[in-house]
Amino acid sequence: MRAMAARDLSPRRAAALGLFVAVMLLLPLLVNAYIVSVLVVVLFSAYFGQSWNIMTGFAGQLSLGHALYVGLGAYTSAALFVHFGLLPWLGMLAGMAVAALAGGAIAALSFRFRVGGVYFALLTIAFAEFTRILFDHFGWVGATEGLFLPVANLAHDDPLRLRGSPRMFYYLLLALSLAALALSHHLLNRRVGYYWQAIREDEEAARALGIDVFRYKVAAMALSAAMTALGGGVLAFYDNNLYPDTVFAMSRSIEIITAPIIGGLGTLFGPVLGAVLLTGLGEIMTNLSNAAEISGLKQWFYGAALLAIVALQPSGLWPWLRRRLGLEEGRR
Amino acid sequence: MLYLNIIVSGLLTGAVYGLMALGLSVIFGVIRIVNFAHGEMMVLAMYGAYVVNARLGLDPLLVLPLVTLALFGLGYALQRLLINRYIARPDHEQFLLLLALATIITASLLMGFGPDARNVQLDYGYDSYQIGAILLDKVRVFAAGGAVLGAAALWSFFRFSRTGKAIRACADNQVGAQVVGLDVKRLYAVTFGLGAACVGAAGCLLLLLVDVQPYIATDYTLLAFIIVILGGLGSMPGALLGGILVGVSEALAGFLVEPSLKSAFSFGLLILVLLVRPQGLLGRA
Repeated sequence: MRAMAARDLSPRRAAALGLFVAVMLLLPLLVNAYIVSVLVVVLFSAYFGQSWNIMTGFAGQLSLGHALYVGLGAYTSAALFVHFGLLPWLGMLAGMAVAALAGGAIAALSFRFRVGGVYFALLTIAFAEFTRILFDHFGWVGATEGLFLPVANLAHDDPLRLRGSPRMFYYLLLALSLAALALSHHLLNRRVGYYWQAIREDEEAARALGIDVFRYKVAAMALSAAMTALGGGVLAFYDNNLYPDTVFAMSRSIEIITAPIIGGLGTLFGPVLGAVLLTGLGEIMTNLSNAAEISGLKQWFYGAALLAIVALQPSGLWPWLRRRLGLEEGRR
Repeated sequence: MLYLNIIVSGLLTGAVYGLMALGLSVIFGVIRIVNFAHGEMMVLAMYGAYVVNARLGLDPLLVLPLVTLALFGLGYALQRLLINRYIARPDHEQFLLLLALATIITASLLMGFGPDARNVQLDYGYDSYQIGAILLDKVRVFAAGGAVLGAAALWSFFRFSRTGKAIRACADNQVGAQVVGLDVKRLYAVTFGLGAACVGAAGCLLLLLVDVQPYIATDYTLLAFIIVILGGLGSMPGALLGGILVGVSEALAGFLVEPSLKSAFSFGLLILVLLVRPQGLLGRA
């Protein structure tokens, strides 16, 4: 344990982390409202990416349907608030529970029946799409008409009821992201983290070593789903309107996973870096293609950028950047 | 009788779905790559047939050989120049690569044609055949006939031609194929080309039945996944059977329940099959 603590306290890494947190804390005070709204998108992307990273980056099970858990978290907390006036944070706890159960059940079903690899990935898409279509016909939450949260114009931010300015959401999401970072770091250096990585690298070998592979894979999925759902709850109260076709969209699942892959799958900071790069790139492209008035230009550059990254740095940009900055971990 | 009509119509559409999914199945069965750009490649083919039809007034059925050949070339080149480097890489890298290709195809179509739906006008578009009490749309019969021919051609290729046999050898035992001196890289490129040719043909046939617009590509990719998993990834008869099952279930669900619920049935079917028989209906365990 001491070796790890020593690694954590490497002055260079500690300084880099401190600098990052300081910049993130000060940033919203220095930029205009538009940039703050973009930063909120960055933090959503980073947080969802971190949540997904636990399942796919750490435990090695490719999930392509994480929009399912965003949607379950968002709809549970929003519906409980709209129908019963339940405090958002309590609703989000309920949403996390629902998502953890759903994720755990999907994982348990799949892995019990030995559905793995590509088949598991396609199964996660199937469950997400299936649920999206069900919600399209689920009258209690507004079906395709959408579910709307009353917008309150408050003089001051109210974090307890999740009503407030984009800046409040920024700090909230920053806190969630840093908590996810800390949790990921903590888990990776615990027994469960080593088990996950063992399963990711070689499932049969892990089983042979006596690891309860089934249990740890299901646990990874449940945790990842619950974390995603928490972000989904925040998203509901930030957007104030929910439509199944956007909340559960396949494109959302894809967005969730591109940031961590581009940043560096399985790394701690990769999802954050990927979110910054992709959202930033997306915003620049949106502005450029709006100026050029060519529809599709943004997506074209997005695709080209993905292609360039997968061709040049297939294991992600963070491992490369980390080497450049001299922030590599002492071991490995 | 009404039911019979709906079932037969679903069956005919399903045959075209089957040909589309066949391409995915062949690619996965041999190269072990999931083509996440499958629907996008088909929509590209549909636009190809649409453009020739709009410019020269040619029937998509006449353009089909040309489009199929063009897609074969595209698939061959993609595999040879790009995808081949990723066949031994982790799943998520392959996914990202094909996602990038899919995004570029859709975006290019969007830039070229805009988001509006396009279709072809055929002078026999509303004709139909009557067999007893069953009324068959002429376009649907042509489309299904073309799909069955295409599938038969592919099957004969794999069964009888030297290259086809060599590809099957690669699929069964890649190392063994290399040991006996087969050019695996070229065979993989041919395979990806053939998979793309399937969507080329299927796209031309489907254009007889539906409108085309850039954003439907993802739906077709998902549809192809559902079908091949139902039938069994890598199984050729399975892909056709899966296509027909999905075609019929969509037609029935659209009629009996609600059109917007039709894909829920397909996904439900998929979940059921994956959990009960993960290798698919006709797949090998």
